[in-house]
Amino acid sequence: MTQTPHIGVKNLNVRIGDSHLLKDININIPDKSVTSIIGPSGCGKTTLLKSFNRLLDDIPGVNITGNVLVDGEDIYGKHADVTQIRKKMGLLAQRPFPLPMSIYDNIAYGPRIHGAPSKKELNALVEHYLKAVGLWEEVKGRLHGSASSLSIGQQQRLCLARGLAVEPEIILGDESTSALDPISTKIIEDLIIQLKEKYTIVLVTHILRQARRVSDYIIFVYMGEIIEFGPTEEILLNPKEKLTKEYVKGFIS
Amino acid sequence: MKIRLLKDKVIGTGMLALSVLSVSLVLLIGIGLYLRSLPILQQYSVWELVTSSSWRPMKGEFGFFPFIMGTLWVTGMSILIAVPLCLFTAIYLSEYAPASFKRFFLPLVNMLAGIPPVIYGVWGVFFIIPIVQRYIAPHFVEFSTGYTVLAGGIVLAVMIFPLIVSIVVEVLSTIPKELREASLSLGATKWETVKKVILRKAFPGIFAAIVLAISRAFGETIAVLMVCGNVPIAPQSIFDPAYPLPALLANNFGEMMSVPLYDSALMFSAFALLIIILIFNIISRAILQKIEIRNA
Repeated sequence: MTQTPHIGVKNLNVRIGDSHLLKDININIPDKSVTSIIGPSGCGKTTLLKSFNRLLDDIPGVNITGNVLVDGEDIYGKHADVTQIRKKMGLLAQRPFPLPMSIYDNIAYGPRIHGAPSKKELNALVEHYLKAVGLWEEVKGRLHGSASSLSIGQQQRLCLARGLAVEPEIILGDESTSALDPISTKIIEDLIIQLKEKYTIVLVTHILRQARRVSDYIIFVYMGEIIEFGPTEEILLNPKEKLTKEYVKGFIS
Repeated sequence: MKIRLLKDKVIGTGMLALSVLSVSLVLLIGIGLYLRSLPILQQYSVWELVTSSSWRPMKGEFGFFPFIMGTLWVTGMSILIAVPLCLFTAIYLSEYAPASFKRFFLPLVNMLAGIPPVIYGVWGVFFIIPIVQRYIAPHFVEFSTGYTVLAGGIVLAVMIFPLIVSIVVEVLSTIPKELREASLSLGATKWETVKKVILRKAFPGIFAAIVLAISRAFGETIAVLMVCGNVPIAPQSIFDPAYPLPALLANNFGEMMSVPLYDSALMFSAFALLIIILIFNIISRAILQKIEIRNA
């Protein structure tokens, strides 16, 4: 790993109520590459992902200790501006959740919040990011139609474009293709591979083949602990830890 | 096997019959009121009754305009006070408040709904009326007894508060957490998320809650009657007294029945109230449908 870590996690512990969800997490997530977090259901994959953009903050009874450094700055530090931290990271959720407004306004939502670009700039932004996710040709005639009229696959691409429009550095995907059909899944996967040139991407997935197709690195999480971290091929084909071996061979799930 | 299928059928049909029965009650009440108000409708046109301001039953003058206006003023006042209050309370409870506060506060709100109207009325007389009379009205008008549209509106607002709050909290809780996360993850603040995403998504539900509250406010009788002043003149400002339709009915029913047409006039006031609520519900339903189509 010669690259600089974009996200550095140090001694991160997350507890919600009495359950200890993440235990002493230490990891450096490399810049401009795709890192997949794999592991059985309920192992803390999503919690780990959400700790990166502080989406855990509002959960009742949550207790977070340790540091998460993004670009060297502790996002749980006293002076951290949570909106700026989140702006740095686009989130692609399990299912698409278009905002209850038009296709155009979905893309324009972020840019409008972070400053008021002119109408012309907004038009250009919307076109640019819709093109970036290959949606422009499909929707250019109905930009002001409701976003929920799109198909699920289109909606997910819209959500990706919406996230890109705030110019993040990092993209977080939480099983982002689990609600999609195979064709839409392929489109999203291709986009992810394409986007890693400019962004650091962290995905949570339970599909090992997907992890293999798109990621450069894999983190294997089990019962709230990181068991193993390394390049994709190594983790999947030649894991060092017994637990990882059992998981990738399908003995534990 | 057969008997189970038969049971299923009987229960289905039985429930249909019961629901038809309860719905047809509305129709029956409407017809009943109409028939009882027929005598006055035969003497005066509906237009005359509704637009005339002169209420002198002894002289055979039955003008319902003051009462209809009284109803609209007091209801309007209460909604004006209650809606912002309720919305912010509901938003706080659902989006900002710690879970423990919500668990403590929501049952309290629902308890407010269980307090009998007459108690609100007494509270209005001893608490709201003096405040309006001494501290609010003098800033705006020369003289006020305190028994005003404003007092009625405040008491009524407190009464519909739990209704709106509990429905809106319920509506907000149906909005998926992921939608909030989507907005937050774009760097929006909580308030931006509430204002631009959540309220928008919840609007049909909030609208329906307000409609329900208004329907309830239209019909509220005792508490309003105790604080509104009951002067049969159409109010011109919120510091004038008002005499809403339900109060008219409750105050006079069973008295002065020897006056010709009086009984029929009171029945007409009930009928008018029913029609107002009906029209109001039809209009709001149409609006709601439009919103839902637009939001879909």
